[in-house]
Amino acid sequence: MLKNRIKFIASGFSLLIVSLFLAAESSAETIHEERSKYRDITVTQIGERRCLLFNVHRGDRNQTCMMLDNPDQLVFDYTRMSFAGLLLQQSPKNILVIGLGGGSIPMTFADLFPSAQIDVIEIDDAVVKVAGEYFDFNETQNMKVHVGDGRPFIKRAGLRGEKYDYIVLDAFSGDYIPEHMLTREFLEEVKAVMTNDGVLIANTFSTSRLYDHESVTYQRAFSEFYNFKLPTSGNRIIIAQLGVLPPREELVEASRSLELSLDKYGINIIDYPRRLTTRADWDMSRRELTDQYSPGNLLRGN
Amino acid sequence: MTKILILPRALIACMAFISGFCIMTIEMLGARILSPYFGGSLSVWGSIITIFMLALALGYLLGGRLSTRTPSGVTYALFFIGAALFSVPIILFADIIMNPIMINIEDARYGSLFASIFLFFIPTSILGMISPYSVRLMVDKEEHSGHMAGLLYFISTLGSALGTLGTSFYFVLWYEVNQILWGSVLSLMLAGFVILFFDKFLKAA
Repeated sequence: MLKNRIKFIASGFSLLIVSLFLAAESSAETIHEERSKYRDITVTQIGERRCLLFNVHRGDRNQTCMMLDNPDQLVFDYTRMSFAGLLLQQSPKNILVIGLGGGSIPMTFADLFPSAQIDVIEIDDAVVKVAGEYFDFNETQNMKVHVGDGRPFIKRAGLRGEKYDYIVLDAFSGDYIPEHMLTREFLEEVKAVMTNDGVLIANTFSTSRLYDHESVTYQRAFSEFYNFKLPTSGNRIIIAQLGVLPPREELVEASRSLELSLDKYGINIIDYPRRLTTRADWDMSRRELTDQYSPGNLLRGN
Repeated sequence: MTKILILPRALIACMAFISGFCIMTIEMLGARILSPYFGGSLSVWGSIITIFMLALALGYLLGGRLSTRTPSGVTYALFFIGAALFSVPIILFADIIMNPIMINIEDARYGSLFASIFLFFIPTSILGMISPYSVRLMVDKEEHSGHMAGLLYFISTLGSALGTLGTSFYFVLWYEVNQILWGSVLSLMLAGFVILFFDKFLKAA
């Protein structure tokens, strides 16, 4: 009886070990693991492609990658899509990026606009460390990283009367959604730090009920926005402005003048204008998200 | 020595359940109330839990002390009514309380700690007094004291578990934060009046 049980456990173990080997073989080589307050951070590499992964054990492979032999190249659609706001604001001077990741978005901005002031907010100091050690991210005179939560940062910036003309909201790529940054009140605080010609880019969810709730909330806050999806990406980018959105012809024109400068990052800006739409493809009867009602993590599961 | 019970045991058990439920409902909403000002980082949760634990600790101590004097149904009822009343500022003055704290304390960890003190310390302390006082009201024989204490912990902790689950799984999906808080205030208030009612009219029976 006992012997059988030991045999059973042993066979279970060997099965586990074999499957672990198989899993390791099919994936990239792990070159670094960082302990963090919030999530596990793993740096992997396949050939010249180095990636930052969150929560590997959950199978939820949120990642950001860079090509070591071509570091300018942006590897993912959502990163490239974050520059669609340039169609509306071609020369940002004060840029705010919420969520650092591997740092590719702020680094591209720094490369494109060397004299622009760039503030980056990242809640997890371990991410800042890894971005610095493995993804060539460095603070400069014009680019500062602030470790902390995005919402109080924006609230304080508003109290100080600071303004930004390009804001990228990229805080939703983790496993857990910061629900306080989905609300109408938060968007009002964001609006308070936007210049009149400023643009807000939000990298958000394209699936689940949350898509509807989120769209309704942005619509109430900005009255209209460009919805930007690519067939190759599971992300949806929201592009919003304080004033009236420019007509498509202006965007087409802007894309022509941006084409050359964005080419080396892999941003096919010329293709973007026709992908932007103000047409509502969400359920408009959904409830707006507010500080009083924001069950983002529950809505995501449905 | 056998003493006469002031209140029926089933009623006290019920009340312990309600207090446990409300403590965790308010605690679970704490992060949601604080996050617009101090963010959603781990330290904000840490602040909330720390303050709830400290407030409960103090409440246990004071509640136990109070129970040594002639325990009464009125005092017991007042815990519930007091906790309900001191929870109202969480609903009405949260922004007024948190705004100056956020402006004056740059570090979100200490900001959230102070905000938790001002918002949650008093009502949670009062809710903490209920447990030891309930034990006192349920014990009539010395040899039963451990049994009754165990039973009460069981019931109030069960209430806490359900309060946590209900709030985080369902209430936030169905209601607004303030609606849930008003629900807690109302339940505590009602509990207080039910105790008063029993104490006045049904004591003899």
